[in-house]
Amino acid sequence: MITDWTLWLEWFIKALVIIFALLIGFAYLTYYERRALARMQTRIGPNRAGPYGLLQPIADAIKLIFKEELSPAKAYKFVFFLSPILTLLPSIVIGAVIPWGATVHWFGRDINLYLADINVAVLFFAAIASVSVYGIVLAGWSSNSKYAMLGAMRSTAQMISYEVALGISLTPVILLANSMSMREIVEAQRSMWFVVYQPLGALIFWIATLAEVNRAPFDMPEAEQELTAGYHAEYSGMKFALFFMAEYQKMIIVSAILAVFFFGGYLGPGEAQYPILGPVYMFAKIMILLFVMIWVRATWPRIRYDRLMSFGWKILLPASLATVFLTAVGILMFDVAKNALWMWFIPVSSMLVFAICVIGVYQALRRLTYERV
Amino acid sequence: MTLDLALFLVLACIAVASALGMLLSRNTVYAALYLVLNFITVAIFYLLLGAPFIAMAQITVYTGAIMVLFLFVIMLLGAENLPAPNALPWQKPLAIALAAALFAEAAYLLIVKARSLGNVLPPAEAINATENLRQLGVALFQNYLLPFEIVSILLLVAMIGAITLTKKEKGARSG
Repeated sequence: MITDWTLWLEWFIKALVIIFALLIGFAYLTYYERRALARMQTRIGPNRAGPYGLLQPIADAIKLIFKEELSPAKAYKFVFFLSPILTLLPSIVIGAVIPWGATVHWFGRDINLYLADINVAVLFFAAIASVSVYGIVLAGWSSNSKYAMLGAMRSTAQMISYEVALGISLTPVILLANSMSMREIVEAQRSMWFVVYQPLGALIFWIATLAEVNRAPFDMPEAEQELTAGYHAEYSGMKFALFFMAEYQKMIIVSAILAVFFFGGYLGPGEAQYPILGPVYMFAKIMILLFVMIWVRATWPRIRYDRLMSFGWKILLPASLATVFLTAVGILMFDVAKNALWMWFIPVSSMLVFAICVIGVYQALRRLTYERV
Repeated sequence: MTLDLALFLVLACIAVASALGMLLSRNTVYAALYLVLNFITVAIFYLLLGAPFIAMAQITVYTGAIMVLFLFVIMLLGAENLPAPNALPWQKPLAIALAAALFAEAAYLLIVKARSLGNVLPPAEAINATENLRQLGVALFQNYLLPFEIVSILLLVAMIGAITLTKKEKGARSG
């Protein structure tokens, strides 16, 4: 079966499609973000290059390609060169396990609308997400400059802290789907999206991924005002563009993962009859989730560093542990009592935990905000 | 099988080279990066052996968590460059002798006793990863629950110990 050359061709084409989709997605995500942000700030946004400014990303790309590449005199050259690549690679690699749809019948053969359906896909995601911190750390270190270094330090601390909550918030999904394969996770949501069963889990996962991709309000590592863009302060030209690309591709990827884990992935009305609708639903869900990310960036100020840490360790981590426990209890009671009502124990109890978290944050902020000792 | 063998040979070369690089590099950041490469190679070995769960756990825990902390500490302390080796005079001959002994033992076991080791590769039916995962869960949480819990408590104690040791005592703060 492996020796079947058309199978290799199919894999090759699918890999190319994923890479190009991410590349074009990155380019037009910057446009999408700038237009959406501009609307929210009652500006117009880029509208000069092409109709509605649609050629703006291409103009930006050409500008970045022709910019001069600088590297600091005291940089560690090899690592300095390597780290943009290391930053970009994880986001592309995760793209391989995202299911875009079920199976379609084209050219006389069944074509699966995903590249790889590995049965430890959830762990694969966790593993690659944990590796993605290297690019940023090494960029900060190899630049040999204090701002880059501070940015990398912050980023490492932040990513390690939020990775714990991220990893644990994946467990309710695995419990609900009874599988680690992304495909089976999506298929398990045919009756009900997991966001309904585990809203708190979805929220924790989303917050943790925001921190993982260093998006506002967790963009401490690149805080333009204090750190002059943090870890990539010393980069220019295409190397800078690679960092930029990595950030936006990670946004796309984590939105896709969130859609797969909690929002039914490629499922939607009519998808069972026409599997080709799968990618369309997936695309729509990713666009909506990306819009929420942009919305958050336009709305919320950057979180302070000590609060970032206490939020991660004192709120997110216990809350994610609680979601695991409550999900397991709900599923166990459902199995024992054979009563579907027990499944609703999970969302109700996790909303209670959510309320406790909100009260906790409120109390902590009220006590500390204007206190002077 | 030949494809597996070719993969194994290439990976083995990378693993040995990265381990040597880790030992010989005078820059601790490079040494840490060599170790990262080594860990990833080991993870791919696990994949070759049909144990994807352990491979992913290896990457998540060692590559993703522990080595990032190593790098973090190296950078925080600014300890990139090791001082010139200040070896004790008897250290080198002893190390060489011990390494030679270890190598000889390993060679003896692998070459002379290879027959009695039996087939160490897993049987083909054990490679089904989903079942693998289930078996692992059952083994950890049913058959070996008590040892598992004891290990987790041990780790917890170690963690609390580390926090207690590094915490400043109240009132003992100076300047």
